[in-house]
Amino acid sequence: MRSSVVTAAVTAAAAFLAAAAIIQGAFSGASGAERAADKLKVGFIYLGPVGDMGWTYQHEVGRQGLVKALGDKIETTYLENVPEGPDAERSVEQLARSGHKLIFTTSFGYMDPTLKVAKKYPAVHFEHATGYKRDKNMSTYSGRWYEARYIQGQIAGKMSKAGVLGYIVSFPIPEVIMGINATMLGAQSVNPNIKVKIIWVNTWFDPGKEADAAKALLDQGADIIMQHTDSPAAMQVAAARGALAFGQDSDMIKFGPKTQLTSIIDNWAPYYEARVKAELAGTWTSTDTWGGLTSKLVVMAPYTNMPDDVRKMAQATEAAIVAGTLHPFKCPVIAQDGKAVECKNGKNLEDGQILSMNFYVKGVDDKMPGK
Amino acid sequence: MQFLEPAFLQAVILSVIAASTPLLLVAVGELVAERAGVLNLGLEGMMIMGAACGFAGAYFTGSIVVGALAGIVAGMLLSAVFAALTLGLAVNQVAAGLALTIFGIGLSGLIGAGFVGERIETAPHLYLPALTDIPWIGNIAFGQDGFVYVSLALVIGIWWFLYRTRTGLVLRAVGDNHVSAHALGYPVLRIRFLAVLFGGACAGLGGAYLPLAYTPFFIPGMTAGRGWIALALVVFASWLPARVVIGAYLFGFVTILQLHFQALHVPVPSQFMSSLPYLATVVVLIAISRRRGLAGSAAPASLGLVFVPDR
Repeated sequence: MRSSVVTAAVTAAAAFLAAAAIIQGAFSGASGAERAADKLKVGFIYLGPVGDMGWTYQHEVGRQGLVKALGDKIETTYLENVPEGPDAERSVEQLARSGHKLIFTTSFGYMDPTLKVAKKYPAVHFEHATGYKRDKNMSTYSGRWYEARYIQGQIAGKMSKAGVLGYIVSFPIPEVIMGINATMLGAQSVNPNIKVKIIWVNTWFDPGKEADAAKALLDQGADIIMQHTDSPAAMQVAAARGALAFGQDSDMIKFGPKTQLTSIIDNWAPYYEARVKAELAGTWTSTDTWGGLTSKLVVMAPYTNMPDDVRKMAQATEAAIVAGTLHPFKCPVIAQDGKAVECKNGKNLEDGQILSMNFYVKGVDDKMPGK
Repeated sequence: MQFLEPAFLQAVILSVIAASTPLLLVAVGELVAERAGVLNLGLEGMMIMGAACGFAGAYFTGSIVVGALAGIVAGMLLSAVFAALTLGLAVNQVAAGLALTIFGIGLSGLIGAGFVGERIETAPHLYLPALTDIPWIGNIAFGQDGFVYVSLALVIGIWWFLYRTRTGLVLRAVGDNHVSAHALGYPVLRIRFLAVLFGGACAGLGGAYLPLAYTPFFIPGMTAGRGWIALALVVFASWLPARVVIGAYLFGFVTILQLHFQALHVPVPSQFMSSLPYLATVVVLIAISRRRGLAGSAAPASLGLVFVPDR
């Protein structure tokens, strides 16, 4: 008797979930451009809701930019709130089967599902964000956010009166570790004694927890907040306490007009436009794109709430990175244990080393989780 | 040791109160519904609806009170849907509750879509000239926002209602044995309906706390699982109002403490620290069940059971 109730509950829950997914897909599909047989159909898979103000929101901004530029030649569809895992494969396949010829899957966890569907639909082209698995019809693309974080580190090093930065982070993956390291190298370049306090919140998105972490860091003496989580909660806490902070993913100046120093902005639109143009021209090939400040895939929000000399320094650093004369991970890079990291080409760490970064640089006073 | 400095300790306590209040508000409402025998798994959905509508109310009127009321109404409306299904149509409570959560998350995203990226002023904090200025304790006891005092008053009120009034006794009787309560002539379904509505109002208020006092903006999914924690807190508290306070504050305390421990380099893995609040809940649950023995559960005996009155 008891077990049948549970079974019924689980079945009902599964049915509701499936119905919700179908309804969502149907609505999103209808929200695309008007139907026309001769238009190229381009699909997007989003992890969060388009209104998350962070990661997914910026991809949606990119899609809207794409529609604005090429709307007369293409028709776009997006599926939002697609969890990473088996559901992702169904969603990607749904797009492939319904005539989409170019499909962007915008989260790391979609890597294997995308690859699986790509093998099944060789005539369809796939683009996977932030992954490393490619195929004849599957490209990857990502951003060199560590470049932006180096600049933020320099600004923070100059602006911190206490000499203590507060850093809120999600998960100990290379993307996050390289961000911490780039920040510290930037900060140390202007203040060798700078300290950083790190809090792992083990989530990408939980405004309450992000706010609590920001409060904890400020209570412990940090006076600048930086984050590798998605909501503007930390910015808003810093604003309420009169501290300074950096935004994440999008321009968060609205949440801290007197607080935000700058923000890393994910600028996907030019990339999406270029790839769709290639598809339209029939010149699409599988590529591996890792764009940074130079290709404007990573953009800095205006430098605000800082004196002119700091702004000029930040602009000069940005220009040097764009020109290729400054690399955040220029050799020698000294690891936390005091030993220099192997430098294969003699100038800076290679992309492969950065992409698999799993060590802290010297001066980071934290123990990496799981190490 | 920085942790023992009074100013620092005060800052920690203030953070703990802010983190615990939404959990307390939601859990104490669910406690009343469960005491009447209705298990509403839709807390997360009612909370996020309270957050969306609460933000909308405050955004348009500039008033935190209107925002809070809008959150309460939103939570009640959603719980009325649940009540219509489970009490009116005798639908399975687990399934209906899960559906309510999914429905609430979706609908709140739709309602809140226009408010993403907007911001409001947070709820003002109490200031009583002499009292709030008392060193250290003044700010903690007399310097909170209204939600904190409402949440504590609610707990006292509910305790008094459940254990000191006749109606409260009837409500508990309905939750423990709806057949007997019905045979005695008590309107089981009407009492349950009101209890569910009250639970919805509390969940809506708890949800509204997030955008009105905690983080003054609305983002879809901003409740981030707090509804489920509140649900666990009711079990944790073994359906006793006073223990809900202990549970909510313990949970908030461990949450905040683990953040501070990390920044202070207490050598414990952060993943373990993140799981501490949940671990604490499990340990207390084990302790409770051991003390009561396996046979004597603290749960209302008719919890989650469908009741169809025979004529």
